[in-house]
Amino acid sequence: MTTDRAPVGVPFRFARWLLVRSAGALFVLWAVATLTFFAIRLIPGDPAEAILGGPGSQASDEALAAVRAEYGLDQPLAVQYLAALGRLATGDLGTSYSLRTSVSTLLAEQLPGTMLLAALSLSVAWMLALALATWSTRGGRVPAAVGAGLEVVAAALPHFWIAIVLILVFSTGLGWFPPISTAGPAGLVLPVVTLALPLAGFLGSIMRESLLDALEAPFALSARARGESELGVRLVHALRHAALPAIGLSGWAFGFLISGAVVVETIFARPGLGRTLLTAVTARDIPLVIGVVLVVAAAYIVLTVLTDAASRLADPRLRAA
Amino acid sequence: MSDLEVSTRIARSATSRRAGTRRSATVGEVVAALVIVFLLLSALLPGAIAPLDPLAIRPLEAFSPPSPGSWFGTDESGRDIFSRVVHGTASSLLIGVSATAIGLGLGLILGTAAGMLGPVVDFSVNRMLEVLFAFPGLLLALFFIVIFGPGVVTATIAVGISTAPGYARIIRGQLVSIRRSAYVEAATVLGRSRWQILYRHILPNTLAPIFVLGTLGVGQAIVWAASLSYLGLGAVPPAAEWGAMLAAGRTYISTAWWLTFFPGLFIVLTATAITVLGRRLQQRVREQG
Amino acid sequence: MSAAGATGADPVLRVENLTVGFGASGAAVVEGVSFTVAAGECLALVGESGSGKSVTARSILGLAGARSWQRADAVELSERDLRSLSEREWRSVRGRNVGLILQDALASLDPLRPVGREIADALRLHTRLSPAARAARVHELLRSVGMPEPELRVKQRSGELSGGLRQRALIASAIALDPGLLIADEPTTALDTTVQARILDLLAEQKESGTAVLLISHDLAVVSRVADRVAVLREGRIIETGPTDRVLRNPEEPYTRRLIGAVPTGRPRGERLSVPVGSAPGGSAQRARPAAPVPARATTPRDAVALSVRNVTVRFRGPNGSTRLAVDSASVDLHTGTTLGLVGESGSGKTTLARLALGLIAPDAGEVRVGGEPWNPLAEKHRRPVRARVGAVYQDSLASFDPRLSVEAILTDAATGGARRGSPARSGAADRVRELLDSVGLPAGVLPARPLNLSGGQRQRVAIARALAPRPDILICDEPVSALDVSVQAQVLDLLDELQERHGLSYLFISHDLGVVAHMADRIAVMSEGRIVEMADTDRILAAPQHPFTRRLLDASPRL
Repeated sequence: MTTDRAPVGVPFRFARWLLVRSAGALFVLWAVATLTFFAIRLIPGDPAEAILGGPGSQASDEALAAVRAEYGLDQPLAVQYLAALGRLATGDLGTSYSLRTSVSTLLAEQLPGTMLLAALSLSVAWMLALALATWSTRGGRVPAAVGAGLEVVAAALPHFWIAIVLILVFSTGLGWFPPISTAGPAGLVLPVVTLALPLAGFLGSIMRESLLDALEAPFALSARARGESELGVRLVHALRHAALPAIGLSGWAFGFLISGAVVVETIFARPGLGRTLLTAVTARDIPLVIGVVLVVAAAYIVLTVLTDAASRLADPRLRAA
Repeated sequence: MSDLEVSTRIARSATSRRAGTRRSATVGEVVAALVIVFLLLSALLPGAIAPLDPLAIRPLEAFSPPSPGSWFGTDESGRDIFSRVVHGTASSLLIGVSATAIGLGLGLILGTAAGMLGPVVDFSVNRMLEVLFAFPGLLLALFFIVIFGPGVVTATIAVGISTAPGYARIIRGQLVSIRRSAYVEAATVLGRSRWQILYRHILPNTLAPIFVLGTLGVGQAIVWAASLSYLGLGAVPPAAEWGAMLAAGRTYISTAWWLTFFPGLFIVLTATAITVLGRRLQQRVREQG
Repeated sequence: MSAAGATGADPVLRVENLTVGFGASGAAVVEGVSFTVAAGECLALVGESGSGKSVTARSILGLAGARSWQRADAVELSERDLRSLSEREWRSVRGRNVGLILQDALASLDPLRPVGREIADALRLHTRLSPAARAARVHELLRSVGMPEPELRVKQRSGELSGGLRQRALIASAIALDPGLLIADEPTTALDTTVQARILDLLAEQKESGTAVLLISHDLAVVSRVADRVAVLREGRIIETGPTDRVLRNPEEPYTRRLIGAVPTGRPRGERLSVPVGSAPGGSAQRARPAAPVPARATTPRDAVALSVRNVTVRFRGPNGSTRLAVDSASVDLHTGTTLGLVGESGSGKTTLARLALGLIAPDAGEVRVGGEPWNPLAEKHRRPVRARVGAVYQDSLASFDPRLSVEAILTDAATGGARRGSPARSGAADRVRELLDSVGLPAGVLPARPLNLSGGQRQRVAIARALAPRPDILICDEPVSALDVSVQAQVLDLLDELQERHGLSYLFISHDLGVVAHMADRIAVMSEGRIVEMADTDRILAAPQHPFTRRLLDASPRL
């Protein structure tokens, strides 16, 4: 509903919304931790054995007992759960079974590389999507059809296949970029493109549809009637409307990028969270898997709160809802 | 937010803008339909399209690049890749369809419970979905595989489970909007009972779009399942299944690219064609609804 | 066709033989339209939906759309030929020489930008004013359109303003450069009556100050308030033109006469609005009532009360625990066989009262009785057996039909109490459905169609047939004609009138339009901010309104 009232209390309402939203986020984080803790109890077999190298390792009973005592596995479940939560609260994610080092330290080493990859890919995807959306809505059937076609194909491209094709063409064929992602900027190009292409397909579709909606909206007609040029209508009005829903998808895009990072970091032999997760999954290194899952979940939750807040600030219509 | 919700949003927005205009099929939609016909033929009658035995080992012809005699080349044991890709269509599609069915089934249960069983259940299910959404993308699938071990069955279930929250949220939203719709209100005014309204209005209007939703989902499910296989967590060689072929060919990327390129190409074609047709179907359903 | 020429003064806008169409081979939607508008004059283009009035307005600005084409012997703005302008030249004309005001300012102002920026845009595009000078001019403009607290408003976005303030902001943006021509396309549609009156005054002020105003409207009553001359459009052609007074008092064309005849405002209860038999396509043929004015209905309100609402209160809970009184201890009685009109502005609680009367929401206090029996609050289980007595017709009838069902399925379901296919209750349903169609004047040909594919008037007839199917005593009509063109509205109102007579129905008739309500109702209840501020016989309300709000509503209500 609309009111004639002055927007007194808007900052207050926003603060309260943020508080409620953050409390909800904390709850989700706790639930994620609890879920992972109990879910891993479903794993058949003895965790102590897993620590000592799996069922095939034929560890002695004494060794098993020692490990159980060391990891608190001989305690009742409730005690273990509370202890785990307590450690979590202090940032202690336990020790990796396979690497024998602190999970927190491991993740701290792997996180920046993946975040750099994800941030770069997101930026490239945004630029590609924006370029494609603006070009394909300039009028005419051909750009519209080409734009829509490219978006659908890009969105359906599996990361591994793009990576293979890029390596074939640009490493094996042309030799422009290394097939293995080293620390240098050249090594980042192929992984970033691989991650960005499918995301650009999704974002491009959303942006193009919202852009078309905005260009046909009455406010665009008003602007044209005011003497605004087509470029002006886009820059001043339509692009904002096109960007908003895409911003709202940031949480989803983050998940999409992390999933892609598992594949991309593996193919390009690039150290990072994704590859760590895959190694941990393959080796069934439970503390490490949980560590990665919790870090990703926490990042996702924080990101969702932030983008929701940004959307609300940018779009007064969301505040009324 | 899930891939699926993003896809449906795109189709929804596209439909509302073109409301009222009945358009003929685009070139892309015709091509997509042809691709799907070819895939269905491959799945049902693989021998008619690729007569060579997909499992016949010919060590002397190992690693032959694509040639007129062997369109897609041969693999490390000399098996014909074109035959393997064609013969693998059925199982690959089956994986995608099963994963979608699992996701859709779970989504249907959760979404219906949330949408129909009152505010307490709705609240609980919504919180549960929020928690599941905090495992973005493949994370839920990978976590599931850690617990139940790798393999084609667990990978399929894992993909199904990781798509379930998306389906659940869409179905719930659909139910809630139908329950609040003016036509359900009109039925109440006419004196219809809750069961009559459920049976005559709510269920038919909810179920019609769900079939389309599943179609949109199959393409993405195939891509994710193949990604898991490629990572060595899904289907295992030497099965003639696209994901398994990818996993097997991974070692030879730099020397024999055709081992992974062609199965991957089929995945891309399948996912694209299904998505194009799914969007079209969704527009049709929305235009009528 | 002679041009709708002004007398004397040089025209600001001269349009000669304008034809506009869409698509390469598309038929013209505007054909051979000619008119002029002089400085300080207001010309109204009047027509029903699809008559081509908006397309005409947009063509003058070169904004009919990318797929449109147009031909004209002349389109001149202050003697400047607009037909051969380059895109760049067009941009300098738009906003500077011509201002455009669209319907629905919520959508016509960018919802993501503060209105101050939207208004300043016109200045930014056409002047070299500094940002500070622009801001000063925006304040000045907002004051001139009567915007309260302009300092505050410039920072708000259209969604944060009320309908009236929004429309004022839109007008401010259109007159920012004091253009010689102002085109207003349905500027007051969807606004409350009192707000509408103020916006029309604002347009009149612009006219007085020497601007040429081209007003586009479907509403003759609105037009009569500001327009000096009227041009009536039908199917893309101007069929009649002349001074407003002459056209409205002495229409030459039968179509104009029908259009004017369809306006319910000021027409006594029971008088026919639509032209019977033959001349009105889609009109119901079986009606044999005389078209001559029938003096106020002979049916004296009987003592029996069909529906009684006693002291009901409904509170809505806001998101932050606050509560708002949607209906505040309201009491109304609907007497058997009569119509009780409920009139009020948007947000006054009319629809909430309707939902109470339909038993869709429970009151927080008070009660509703039907035929003396408890009705609301009451468990749905006990209300269901008597629901057949109370029917409903809604404004948006399309949304009230299950999109999957055909007209036949909808009516069969309603006539058989929702019986399943093959059940004995369905025997004879086909005959009953035919009978219902007949009674609302629809041909059997609509049976297989879905409501989506019917016209607005046909949909509303189907909705009425559905409401009649269970043979109710009472119909709750919530804005049943608000979305319809005036001639279709006339037909539906006549139909409701006739059905009431034939079946002895009692109507609770809700509308924001006092003219419609006064034509339909025996008694009127005026609602404002959740309260019934006045309730009396229609004649009394019209002749001697007691409450200030009723008086304001009456004053603002446009009439021919």
